[in-house]
Amino acid sequence: MKPQVFDYARPDSAAEAVALLADSGSDARILAGGQSLMAVLNMRLAQPSLLIDISRVQDLNYVRVQDGNLVIGAAATQASVEWRRSLKDEVPLLTQVFPHISHFQIRNRGTVCGSVAHADPSAELPLALLLLGGQVVLRNRKGRRVLAADDFFQGMLMTARAPDELVEEVRYPLVTAGHGYAFNEFSGRHGDFAVASVGAMVNKDSIRFAVGGVSDRPRVKVLPLLKGADLDTAINDFAWELEARDDHHASAQFRRQLVRRLGRAVIERAMS
Amino acid sequence: MKKYEKNELVRVTVTLNGKERSGICEPRMLLSDFLRDELGATGTHVGCEHGVCGACTVQIDGVAARSCLTLAVQADGRSIDTVEGLNGGSTGLSDLQEAFRRNHALQCGYCTAGILMSCDDYLGRKPDPSEEEVREMLSGHLCRCTGYTNIVKAVLETAQSRREKKMLETTE
Repeated sequence: MKPQVFDYARPDSAAEAVALLADSGSDARILAGGQSLMAVLNMRLAQPSLLIDISRVQDLNYVRVQDGNLVIGAAATQASVEWRRSLKDEVPLLTQVFPHISHFQIRNRGTVCGSVAHADPSAELPLALLLLGGQVVLRNRKGRRVLAADDFFQGMLMTARAPDELVEEVRYPLVTAGHGYAFNEFSGRHGDFAVASVGAMVNKDSIRFAVGGVSDRPRVKVLPLLKGADLDTAINDFAWELEARDDHHASAQFRRQLVRRLGRAVIERAMS
Repeated sequence: MKKYEKNELVRVTVTLNGKERSGICEPRMLLSDFLRDELGATGTHVGCEHGVCGACTVQIDGVAARSCLTLAVQADGRSIDTVEGLNGGSTGLSDLQEAFRRNHALQCGYCTAGILMSCDDYLGRKPDPSEEEVREMLSGHLCRCTGYTNIVKAVLETAQSRREKKMLETTE
């Protein structure tokens, strides 16, 4: 349970970090909060030759409101967003999401961008980003590109990030008047990985419904404003589209049932 | 920029419980091992070494975090607080530790050092937590003696007595 040897670099700026990435490519890993990566290294599931520690890079440590988004830099911890007094007026969905993310002690050090970059299919922050239609900013030595969350997440721990790119920033759209938001999940114990997680954003025209932990990545579906049995049918159709699989945490059938039950409940909560 | 080769021996200096301490390690050494094996601060316990059990929780610049998910080199120049730094009252125990003793909130004690460091940070930020919030915070710690009920009691009692102490001062 000790990591394999690696070189360690602690750049002072984002520019230095992407220059290091450009030189070392896929052999290097970015270390921000380390709350997923360090566990993976301790178990020797990954053996990078270089760790690039961006946890002290000041020009990546920011959380601010800008152009209709809550913009979060790569070195900003989850706690720095969670304990923000104005969060419930900015991105109320996130105030519902944070208590489900692992534990207080992990959120103190884990970063928002790190969770998005890690792209665990059952992770809450990627689901929330997808549900709200947020964006991911990728930066390499030559410049930046901005991707929609739906284009960024590609599969189990797989994203559109190229080996020389840093997830520099994520953008969560701010609350919109007339929209309702809700999130819930089921896990074996509080703070464990979600067996299934569901989020809904509802306005007067449509329902945006997202599911995590069932497919190989978070998935979102836009439904018309249905009610009663029609809504149940639409949710059930989506639950089957997710191609759930049996694993040692839960059966595919149980996961679909969670999508149906928890999904219906969060959509109703988002409507109210 | 700081750069270390994989087998390079690095001097790491931290402020451990208010005192400057330094030791030598490779970049891959975990903070938990550095505290125990290099600095001899064995109050911090090591359990699962992948962030699940919470036994190794310390405070890094005042914030509760897993020392097994942090490299010693990352802690260089930082302030590290461990259970050894908590004592303060006339009995040598902090009010939180006294409450743990009164409520029998520890049995074998292996998980306790980490729990105390979490609670100390948490109560500083959240002086009036509900029982549910305390349980959520404690979900980051495994106690295999399963004495959670008394731990929750001790934390809530500490929060309440700190609030009462503050109120008393205003009426004096």
